[in-house]
Amino acid sequence: MRSISVLEPGPLATVQDRGRFGFRALGVPLSGAMDLQALRVANLLVGNRDGQAGVEITMGGFRAQFRCDTGFALSGAARVAYLNGDPVPFWQAHQAKDGDVLSIEDVSFEDGYIRRRPSPWKVRGEFPRVGAGLRIYLALSGGIDLPPVMGSRSTYLPGGFGGLGGRRLLPGDTLPLGPPVGKALKKMAPAGLIPRYSFQPLLRAILGPQDDRVLDEGKSTFFSQAYDVTLRAGRMGIALAGPPLKLTGSADIISDGTCPGAVQVDGNLQPTILAADSQTAGGYVKIATVISTDLPLVAQLAPGDRVGFEEISLWQAREIYLRNEYFIRTLLE
Amino acid sequence: MQSKPEILLCGDTAISVEFGDKIDPGINALVRRLYALLKSGSHPGIVDLNPTYRSLFVQYDPWVCSFERVVGIIEQCLPYIGTPAEEASAVKDVPVCYGGEFGPDLEEVAALHGLGSDEVIGLHCAPLYQVYMIGFTPGFAYLGGLDERLHTPRKKVPRKRVAAGSVGIADRQTGIYPIDSPGGWRLIGRTPRKIFDLEREHPFFLEAGDFVRFKPIAGEEFEKHFGS
Repeated sequence: MRSISVLEPGPLATVQDRGRFGFRALGVPLSGAMDLQALRVANLLVGNRDGQAGVEITMGGFRAQFRCDTGFALSGAARVAYLNGDPVPFWQAHQAKDGDVLSIEDVSFEDGYIRRRPSPWKVRGEFPRVGAGLRIYLALSGGIDLPPVMGSRSTYLPGGFGGLGGRRLLPGDTLPLGPPVGKALKKMAPAGLIPRYSFQPLLRAILGPQDDRVLDEGKSTFFSQAYDVTLRAGRMGIALAGPPLKLTGSADIISDGTCPGAVQVDGNLQPTILAADSQTAGGYVKIATVISTDLPLVAQLAPGDRVGFEEISLWQAREIYLRNEYFIRTLLE
Repeated sequence: MQSKPEILLCGDTAISVEFGDKIDPGINALVRRLYALLKSGSHPGIVDLNPTYRSLFVQYDPWVCSFERVVGIIEQCLPYIGTPAEEASAVKDVPVCYGGEFGPDLEEVAALHGLGSDEVIGLHCAPLYQVYMIGFTPGFAYLGGLDERLHTPRKKVPRKRVAAGSVGIADRQTGIYPIDSPGGWRLIGRTPRKIFDLEREHPFFLEAGDFVRFKPIAGEEFEKHFGS
């Protein structure tokens, strides 16, 4: 059987795919890769179908041993990675042999802030800034072949289902791989497909659905001030801290549907960006929604980073979405 | 009640079709009817649906289906949502141990309304609640029909962890946490019943449209349920 063994998972590693669709009516969150763009591109690089399951690695400190000859690719937050001691550049496909060990550098987390180390080799051109970001993706030829739960292999930790037994990966875990589908690409992902990760990203957002519950002053605050990423940042959401967002009344609404990217305002008038594992419905005012194309930037936010928001229209967002989607879909050509 | 709903933008891949701004059985019925219509039809590009109290959340893939097209599909359904769907609604009993470690906010809720703890329990057990929606986490049932005297705002800052089975109050709603999760509702009790259990053939104990009756139980009975 084709497989890979986890030697060290780092602080948090889970199996993720595109997420769980069709069960929101029963309260089942989307889940899936926080930085879906990174997982999708890594999958396409190794010749997988869009949406096959890979490993989402948080921060780093991940080590695994290949139990078969297989193609693989790393993407997401720029980190230093080695295959048996040789550097492994991100965003391109590599070939591993049975017994090879892949290791991704450890980063330390002190006082809630990541201590980042510079890269030992030079990166050129449009490569994202080394160090920015939190989540790394490992795609393997054939994808991780675990039984799907409600149509998806994504791990939903709060519910304890999906992925490998509904839990985080542990040392000694073996991940079975499916049969390779297509051939690996012999090129690096084009720069346009690599999100521009940043410690201070500007996130584009569309007003709504409850912007009518926010005072004009609150809206102009939201789109002009910087917000700090707090320690309460995870797969469910990224809690921010900054100038209060003044509302017309209470922050409570009659609970309605939510999705990743929604920016809700709590009773203390502070925003939280909902993420992959966020609830399917919520009862706080949602001032705006980060556009889907910028969710990879949200996925890579770490405590201590800062964000700003820029208002755009649905039409602008659609153009951005379609351009990116076209780019991804033509990557294979 | 407005039959022409409002379309609210939820980013570039979802909309909320809102029929009103209150918890009302009539409005909720419209939501569930539109949900049933869209679910039964084949609409490529509409990737997920989520019926809530007073709005239907529609998630779409703009690569396959434009915003205008999604709105068009919904408008085509609107003339047919007035007719009530034939629903067989089940009544489900939920045993609850109120107060103490299981309901840390019971005293606070009682004090806020100038009631005794026993009165709060009595008022909470009395109605037959309807499941207006499932959401928030897998199987979380939002129940409508809470006595006005128990309407209580959420906690200002949500708890980081609420235990599975916790029964809470938020504004005009009451509900049960199916799994351990963060949450901002005022917790008044806990049920030993498993609301969400993947080991069962039907993992979800409650569905939208069901009726729920709460039955108070003592602490020892709670332990007994857990032991079994």
